[in-house]
Amino acid sequence: MIEVNRRGEVWVFAEQEQNKLSEVPLELMSKGRELADQLGVKLGAVLLGESVKELARRLIAHGADTVYVSQDRRLSHYQANGYAKVVCDLIHAHKPQICLFGATAIGRDLAPRVASTMRCGLTADCTDLQIGDHELPNNEGKHENLLFQIRPAFGGNIIATIINYDRWPQMATVREGVMPLSEPDASRRGQVIDHEAGLNGFELPLKIIESVRTQRKVNLKAARIIVTGGAGVGSKDNFKLIWDLAHCLGGAVGGSRAAVDLGFVDRDHQVGQTGTTVRPALYIAVGLSGAVQHRAGMQESAKILAINTDPEAPVMQIAHYGIVGDLNVVVPKLIKAIRTGGRVAAKA
Amino acid sequence: MGYNCVVLIKQVPDTKRVTGEAMNPDGTVNRAALPAIFNPEDLYAVELALEIRDRFGGGKVTVITMGPPAACEALRQALYRGADEVVLVTDRRAAASDTLATSYILSCAVRKCGQVDVVLCGRQAIDGDTAQVGPQLAEKLNLPQVTYVEQLQDIKDGVVRIRRNVGNGYEIVEGRLPMLLTVLDTAGHPRPAAARRLMKYKKARAKLELEAAVTAEMPNATAEGKATEVARRLADLQNRGLIIHQWNLDDIKADLQWCGRDGSPTKVHRIQSVILTGKGHKGILPTDEGVAELVTELIEDHTIS
Repeated sequence: MIEVNRRGEVWVFAEQEQNKLSEVPLELMSKGRELADQLGVKLGAVLLGESVKELARRLIAHGADTVYVSQDRRLSHYQANGYAKVVCDLIHAHKPQICLFGATAIGRDLAPRVASTMRCGLTADCTDLQIGDHELPNNEGKHENLLFQIRPAFGGNIIATIINYDRWPQMATVREGVMPLSEPDASRRGQVIDHEAGLNGFELPLKIIESVRTQRKVNLKAARIIVTGGAGVGSKDNFKLIWDLAHCLGGAVGGSRAAVDLGFVDRDHQVGQTGTTVRPALYIAVGLSGAVQHRAGMQESAKILAINTDPEAPVMQIAHYGIVGDLNVVVPKLIKAIRTGGRVAAKA
Repeated sequence: MGYNCVVLIKQVPDTKRVTGEAMNPDGTVNRAALPAIFNPEDLYAVELALEIRDRFGGGKVTVITMGPPAACEALRQALYRGADEVVLVTDRRAAASDTLATSYILSCAVRKCGQVDVVLCGRQAIDGDTAQVGPQLAEKLNLPQVTYVEQLQDIKDGVVRIRRNVGNGYEIVEGRLPMLLTVLDTAGHPRPAAARRLMKYKKARAKLELEAAVTAEMPNATAEGKATEVARRLADLQNRGLIIHQWNLDDIKADLQWCGRDGSPTKVHRIQSVILTGKGHKGILPTDEGVAELVTELIEDHTIS
């Protein structure tokens, strides 16, 4: 662990694969920038890989004041042991007060290993981060300007705010898609600091025999409109209604966990806590009750339309528009109204 | 011969069945109102350990859990499925441990097991969903970690080949044992409880369970009398191989400064129960006119084009 260091920077682990940054570290940069400004400290990005230095410019455009770059042949492919060693060395050397990682396959593998080595706290899968004060019970004092690590827990039934006031850095992994991505500013200036990985003689324990990345069949995060079907749709055949509605809106198709488990739609389409977190301009929830795990993944949508036979379904309570009725009747009417530009279709 | 496996499991409240009664009015969770279950992904970790034993020349499968005596039920289920030894790590001083303290305590328990080739965990538990204890335990034991294991393809001369699912693809990796694996629920099919093992191991007990039973059955006995009876029953279970080992923090030589509340750097600042905002939605009639009006509104405010 490191001691409490109020001048310490806010750090973001700039995850990359095959020399490409995904959106996750960039989302973290905008949140990190906000936190750093609030604390009056610099924002640092930690970039590891084989030849990744040119990505530093992008990180600076997205808000970094400092980019710590460690390049080594042995960092070309992510592996927990080597990456954790380099990140821990950097933390020891520069004593950041906050370290953020994406809650990705890599971030959730790396961050706990780093936290365990540092013997500091770590909160998984945060959906929000804030700066705030914590009063100790019995008037034992107050810790100011801590990182509030906010996350759903207990299957999404509670929201917990976690803090770490003595054993720093304050570390968290942050869920993909919950932090808005800000526009890059190419005129921003920042500093690039090279860090010797020091992996000479360091043995990597794993041999990567094969590594395959597949394009997701659907990019829910990028969709402006999402039409999601639940178990209430009834069958895979009937799910065609969901596809039709999505197509006529130029939107993407989502599925609740139940719909995915029932085989109505592929797992790539799953919205919710265990699927993708989305915040589209319009979210249409069809035949799904809106379990808390589902709501956690879509309630930030700008507009929510719920279609359900049950007026008491939880999804109705977060919806902006609710249609109580049979989806087999309502969805075709909706498609017709969209095709005719909102005019009432001529009665037959 | 063969490879010794230690599996860390957790008994968890069934968070998929949370109802109104499960939340206290102050927003905390009433764990007593929820059924306790074997953490789903941990079943796959147990299955993988049993497969390693059965496919690669024997070895022993030890299943460990940390928790209150009620967690013995999960250990018995592990015995029904084929575990060779089970251990309950239980100690009031371990209460309020966060993932870091938990992984430290578990690492002490694993070290007490002697020579271990494979340490296995489920990827994550459904009550916390953190997926942190596996990698943290690997670090504490100074072992390489392979997370998100979907398939163990082979073990040859102590080198294991594994397919891991990284969400947007997969990796096949090779490494030398010992190693820690975290297992996904897409890995294989957990075997059901075997009827004969169930008949045998349903009588397996930990010492704390025997003490509670003796106290209930012999309310008027002296403390000494109770202790004698507990010792007698323990010896009997020992003879029949029906013991659930029970270790406290002293037994596993844990340094108390890294356990429980003191050993946990993360603290809870606040807990809120998820209350639906109930902003009140606009009801739309399920008629041609109602739907058309809605679509017009969405077009006019540029939500759809």
